[in-house]
Amino acid sequence: MSELLQFLISGLTVGAVYALVALGFTLVYHAADVVNFAQGEFVMLGGMVTVFAYAAGVPLPLAALLAVIVAVVVGLLLYWLAIAPARGASAVSLIIITIGASILLRGAAQIVFDKQFHKLPAFSGDAPIHLFGAVIQPQSLWVLGGAALVVLTLYYVMERTLIGKAVVATAANRLAARLVGVNVATVMALAFGGSAAIGAIAGILITPITLTSYDVGTLLALKGFAAAMLGGMGNPLGAVIGGLFLGLLESFGAGYVSSTYKDAIAFIVILAVLFVAPQGLVGRRKVERV
Amino acid sequence: MLNLLGRRSVILIVLAVMMAVLPLLFPSSYYFRVASLVWVSALAAIGLNILMGKAGQVSLGHAGFFGIGAYAVAIGPAHLGLNALLAVLVGALLSAVLAFLVGRPILRLKGHYLAIATLGLGVLVAMVITTESGWTGGPDGMPVPKLSLFGWRVSGSTTWYWITAGLLLIGTWFALNLDDTPTGRAFRALHDSEVAARTAGVHVERFKLQAFVIAAVYASVAGSALAMMNGFVNPDQAGFLHSVELVTMVVLGGLGSIVGSIVGAAVLVVLPQLLTVFQDYEHFLLGLIIIVSMIFMRDGMVPMLAKLARRARS
Repeated sequence: MSELLQFLISGLTVGAVYALVALGFTLVYHAADVVNFAQGEFVMLGGMVTVFAYAAGVPLPLAALLAVIVAVVVGLLLYWLAIAPARGASAVSLIIITIGASILLRGAAQIVFDKQFHKLPAFSGDAPIHLFGAVIQPQSLWVLGGAALVVLTLYYVMERTLIGKAVVATAANRLAARLVGVNVATVMALAFGGSAAIGAIAGILITPITLTSYDVGTLLALKGFAAAMLGGMGNPLGAVIGGLFLGLLESFGAGYVSSTYKDAIAFIVILAVLFVAPQGLVGRRKVERV
Repeated sequence: MLNLLGRRSVILIVLAVMMAVLPLLFPSSYYFRVASLVWVSALAAIGLNILMGKAGQVSLGHAGFFGIGAYAVAIGPAHLGLNALLAVLVGALLSAVLAFLVGRPILRLKGHYLAIATLGLGVLVAMVITTESGWTGGPDGMPVPKLSLFGWRVSGSTTWYWITAGLLLIGTWFALNLDDTPTGRAFRALHDSEVAARTAGVHVERFKLQAFVIAAVYASVAGSALAMMNGFVNPDQAGFLHSVELVTMVVLGGLGSIVGSIVGAAVLVVLPQLLTVFQDYEHFLLGLIIIVSMIFMRDGMVPMLAKLARRARS
């Protein structure tokens, strides 16, 4: 029982991070129709900038804020310098561009920072909380709470504000959105900036638990993508559920089946889901026009 | 001359002449090695181009098949006592069988879904290679026994230059000929529109699967050749980054252009060699080059140059 609870908690913690990465993917895919493979690099930036600013003597909350700002600026630059000029390129070309951006950002991080692993102190101490025989790191609560806050904020923005409505309109039909006065380019830039902020927050929250280095982004991006796929691309709620589900699967898989193939679970799940439901779990069947 | 021989023969002759003349210009064995790397990568890229450029299906996990071929010539002789040439065939067969089995469900997918499924497949192959260290040496890789043919031990960068050049010529010849076969036409039909191809009587599933298997075999053979040439394999050869490099070679050279794949491979192999001067900046510059070339040469280098040449003539 306590073992089960332990796996549940660690699964949800990791799953919350996957959910945030997936949410970033979804936001950009929704608004700009781009699969952004550099999403994992925002997570890396969030962690690394915080670590280095904190080491330089900046108080932790300010260091975290700085990291989010840096990530947002990078996200906006990614859109303006790489995505916007390639408008009209094929889906594969756009994917390659974002993969190129991810390699570039990793290379830049290697130069600006270093190639070591880095750790942040836990936000509210390391004293573990005992609950029904399971041990909870206080940082896990920060991750879960932070993720929940991000999801709620995004939900509020998308549903209740004019900006959110503009994003939804752009996603639904770009031309129609432009006709009713939505500045589509701004909306897309916002989506990139927003997804960068979400990724950076995930990176800051998880670094005290998993450490960070210049190359943590790739695997996170792939798993976040898997989570987004599970939930049906472009569906924010689905991305969150997919992320948590994937985290739980990994945690239970590692605990009960095999920990050597923990990282493989995400990809086995992707293949299994796609074999059964080629349009994703929530996706609808599309009809091709000739 | 051009009309007499046809476009295909001209391409093959130019390629063969270039392969024969290049060694005269090489000052050291290092150049032979880099050129062999280009030939091997071009072979894998051409296979992938048949899948991507001709049949219109993406694969972001193609290095998986490259890795299977590479590890076949390492594991076959070391653990199973297989002859090296037989190991190349076993690797190619394994890749073909894997592509055949997984291809049917995977190739039903489209666009981003196809991209992520093939990516998952490639990552899984790389993970198995990294994890099963008893067989594969794990993350550190393992040595590959030298190829010996009828008592002749094949080694030296010049020898491998000619072997890889020969392989690439065969691969190019096959890919160029494919264009004018019913299979090649079927590929192009389903590239343009699956629904239209189906209506015209093309068995869409079967031809997609064929393209996938062909591409897998190309990658596997290229992997075997590289492993034997290096005398060493490591899991990076099956990794995601290598898959990305292969796709970039194809798209950079020009989707559907066989010559383009060779040019793309040359650019992506030679550039990092030039950039070793800026060792720390290698990844940064590679990423930059990928982005810039994708933005400014959307159709790829070779189709773009062809278009410019046509414009200049008229």
